[in-house]
Amino acid sequence: MLLKITVSGNPGGQRNAAPAPSGWKVDGFRIKKTVSDPIQQGSPVKAAVIVFPGSNCDRDVAVALEASMGSKPHMVWHRDTELPAVDLIVVPGGFSYGDYLRCGAMAAHSPIMREVKARADKGARVLGICNGFQIITEAGLLPGVLMRNAQLRFACKDVFLKVENDRTDFCRYYRSGDVVRFPIAHAEGNYFVEPHTFREMEDNGQIAFRYCDADGKVAPEFNPNGSLGNVAGVYNSKFNVLGLMPHPERLAEDLLGGSDGKLMFDSLVEALS
Amino acid sequence: MSQITPEVIAQHGIKPDEYKLILEIMGREPNLTELGIFSVMWSEHCSYKSSKKWLKTLPTTAPWVICGPGENAGIIDIGDNDAIVFKMESHNHPSFIEPYQGAATGVGGILRDVFTMGARPIANMNALRFGDPSNPKTRHLVAGVVAGIGGYGNCVGVPTVGGETNFHSSYNGNNLVNAMTVGLAAKDNIFYSAAAGVGNHVVYFGSKTGRDGIHGATMASAEFDENSEEKRPTVQVGDPFTEKLLIEACLELMATDVIVAIQDMGAAGLTSSSFEMASKGGLGVELDLDAVPMREQGMSAYEIMLSESQERMLMILKPGKEDIAKAIMDKWELDFAVIGTLTDTGRMVLKRHGEIVADLPIDPLAQAAPEYDRPWVAPAKQPVIKAEDVEAQCPAEALKKLVACPDLASKRWIYEQYDHMVMGDTVQRPGGDAAVVRIHGSDKAVAITTDCTPRYCQADPHEGGRQAVAEAYRNLSATGALPLAVTDNLNFGNPEKPEIMGQIVEAIKGMGEACRDLDFPVVSGNVSLYNETQGTAIQPTPAIGAVGLLADVNKHMTLAFKQTGSNIVLLGETKGWLGASLYLREICGREEGAPPPVALHRERRKGELVRQMIQDGQLLACHDVSDGGLLVAVAEMSMASAGRVGAALEAPSTLPLHAWCFGEDQGRYVLEVSDDDLVSVLEAAEAREVNARVIGKTGGHVISVGGRAVAVDELKAVNEGWLPAFMGGEMSGH
Repeated sequence: MLLKITVSGNPGGQRNAAPAPSGWKVDGFRIKKTVSDPIQQGSPVKAAVIVFPGSNCDRDVAVALEASMGSKPHMVWHRDTELPAVDLIVVPGGFSYGDYLRCGAMAAHSPIMREVKARADKGARVLGICNGFQIITEAGLLPGVLMRNAQLRFACKDVFLKVENDRTDFCRYYRSGDVVRFPIAHAEGNYFVEPHTFREMEDNGQIAFRYCDADGKVAPEFNPNGSLGNVAGVYNSKFNVLGLMPHPERLAEDLLGGSDGKLMFDSLVEALS
Repeated sequence: MSQITPEVIAQHGIKPDEYKLILEIMGREPNLTELGIFSVMWSEHCSYKSSKKWLKTLPTTAPWVICGPGENAGIIDIGDNDAIVFKMESHNHPSFIEPYQGAATGVGGILRDVFTMGARPIANMNALRFGDPSNPKTRHLVAGVVAGIGGYGNCVGVPTVGGETNFHSSYNGNNLVNAMTVGLAAKDNIFYSAAAGVGNHVVYFGSKTGRDGIHGATMASAEFDENSEEKRPTVQVGDPFTEKLLIEACLELMATDVIVAIQDMGAAGLTSSSFEMASKGGLGVELDLDAVPMREQGMSAYEIMLSESQERMLMILKPGKEDIAKAIMDKWELDFAVIGTLTDTGRMVLKRHGEIVADLPIDPLAQAAPEYDRPWVAPAKQPVIKAEDVEAQCPAEALKKLVACPDLASKRWIYEQYDHMVMGDTVQRPGGDAAVVRIHGSDKAVAITTDCTPRYCQADPHEGGRQAVAEAYRNLSATGALPLAVTDNLNFGNPEKPEIMGQIVEAIKGMGEACRDLDFPVVSGNVSLYNETQGTAIQPTPAIGAVGLLADVNKHMTLAFKQTGSNIVLLGETKGWLGASLYLREICGREEGAPPPVALHRERRKGELVRQMIQDGQLLACHDVSDGGLLVAVAEMSMASAGRVGAALEAPSTLPLHAWCFGEDQGRYVLEVSDDDLVSVLEAAEAREVNARVIGKTGGHVISVGGRAVAVDELKAVNEGWLPAFMGGEMSGH
């Protein structure tokens, strides 16, 4: 693909906003494609949403995906053992199996997750949101663990996030340093990873988002759950897997209060088509 | 079999004359299982025996009402084959004993009432009343109830979009937890509970039956003594994950054509569900209790019939459809069992271990339950308090105190523990006049509110009943929604006391008047009596849950000031009514006086006017004036505004300033109107003979009146600060 701006080479490492790559222009804090991809033009993106018995954001994310993709994603039941041919797999929010054990711990061992891992290993993009982040982390797709919120309560509210790395398929419509507003709704979003791993992840550009204030200031008082380094979302080392606690699909339409989240789905569609 | 002694009868809450009726109906002495069944079926909770006479006086019909009271929930038509199914229900007593599980199972129960009818739940609300904040138990109860509501609703994935929370010492020994669910069904695919078809199978599905929640579990009886096991607590334990499975399984099942009738097992469990279904269908039923999926061994018929284990359903299947239903239940990993058959005997016959253990006539239990016309006395009228007789305080200082008082302080600490955005259709989140939830995939939306002002109901239950309905009507209208119907949750003390019964009667009369005059029928409801501790009753609390329709969600109106330099217009008349006001209670420490009267004919006209102006795009913001009066309403509009837009108000010289600022005259709205729209707004008001006047301008970052001013940020800080500080001070700001 001519215009692919992420993947191979060194996608991370740069913490400051990079200039728009050729073929792109910066419009406000959004980056717009100016030339369409001559090879992949019009090829529809195919996505799948994994549905566990206690998933409850599966419909929400399907709505957001459809708005960006122009077609409905496949809804794949957790007991299925095969995935259709897709470019993007979303593991949505919810309470997969009631979360009576550690959140996501049981779902991580469901039949479909073996297939999700195999696809991720082959380069498919995987997006885990909220409980989906917990599940793919428990399944070993991402380093670290999600613990109970520091204040021990469920928290549902809008938060501000600082975009840490725009050179990925998930965030190409954002710029590093942008402040975006997404809602959170979780009781266990307190991300932790061993300090040396964390340093490596920071150096690699694997931190996707950090909690901040409206002006982009990252400080403990803006951290809603006590996560290490105010982390709200992380990538794997190949940048094809993103897990985040906030819900981009919940602010993907102005009528619902904002559309910062839509840019993530638009980014993926742009990157994958 | 244990002997039915007068003590056993009394322990079942059955009065001697009721027992005589039982002997007459049975033609013999009942056994313990039968007595237990009578006891729960004739309980106040299931039979409405004290309130039925008066509930019948409420208006329940309108062209848009599909189903009124008597079913699991009420149903209204919102066009395009969409039907809204909703109800509010109390879980007061359990929530006081065990706040987390009590509140959680309250949410679970009301959700089931709604999805049982074929609706996908789309929103939850709750109306909570706690004791005085200084009461040592209050904090514990708030924490537990809120966590329980959140724990359940968040897991099932239904947004909790709003509600109300009050504090008053009368609730010290009896907090109120009233939960409401709103669901969306296809009008042509609604399910009812009346059984039909002799020979059809009675099917049980959902969770297994355990010994939790058994009504008589605290009773020392010979039969229980035979079991060595400890008695389980009487509060049920909720499992929201199973509820989520139950919702999906039910809706999947309802998309097939296999169900004759369906009902959830709520209060009184298998007893009330089976009796109600059979009674409504005029049939009999034979149940084989051995087939009931059980969580533990050795359960007696008494325990099985009276268990209130959660997340269970009962349905009548069409003949030969068991395989289809079972396959769906297997997919969702839920228990499924054929436990009985419909008969034409009109009797309930229960078998356990192959023997008949109970044989009861259905109708006398279900439909012919006792009904009382309890003696009542009308409460004494309170004197009207003149504004001149109420101490005047600096309006800025008083405003600051009021917005930080427990009843008006921001409830963010509560609603941020509820997932209020899941399902992706929450257009107006908690904190506004009403929640606005879009009908998925359409441009329509429903507005939802819960309202009641218990201090008015205490002072004058009749006027308080009218006001609760009128305020709900206003809150819906202020978002632009056409008010359609209400559900009521009547919380009172002991109806055997004539003065309490008087409160019930008068509140229902007042509600009925308002519902009739506003074309706002009651389609469902619940009654919770005996909310008394050591002889002290709660303030009468007829909580109203209401639903309205926005034909175009894009036109929904919010209360936040939008810009500087707009006109602030007050609709409705201000006389400075301070009796039973928050100002009087919070600033002057006086709980007295007659509450403000509601003029229903003008109420309706004003609602129509406000909705028309919103529809015509003439308003920038709209907020009804309620607790705390005009100045509090304006402050709320400033605090909600993104830019903390302030307001400069000009008070008229004809009234004492504190009365103008804090009087709680009814039927008023504050509007934000641009210069361009001002003339048309004032003309529209005049055309409908509604009093409207410009009382100030938006702008700056302070609220000023009568030469005094207070910064919006300062108000916001104290308004947001109280509840987190009360709950422990560790809430992060946002």
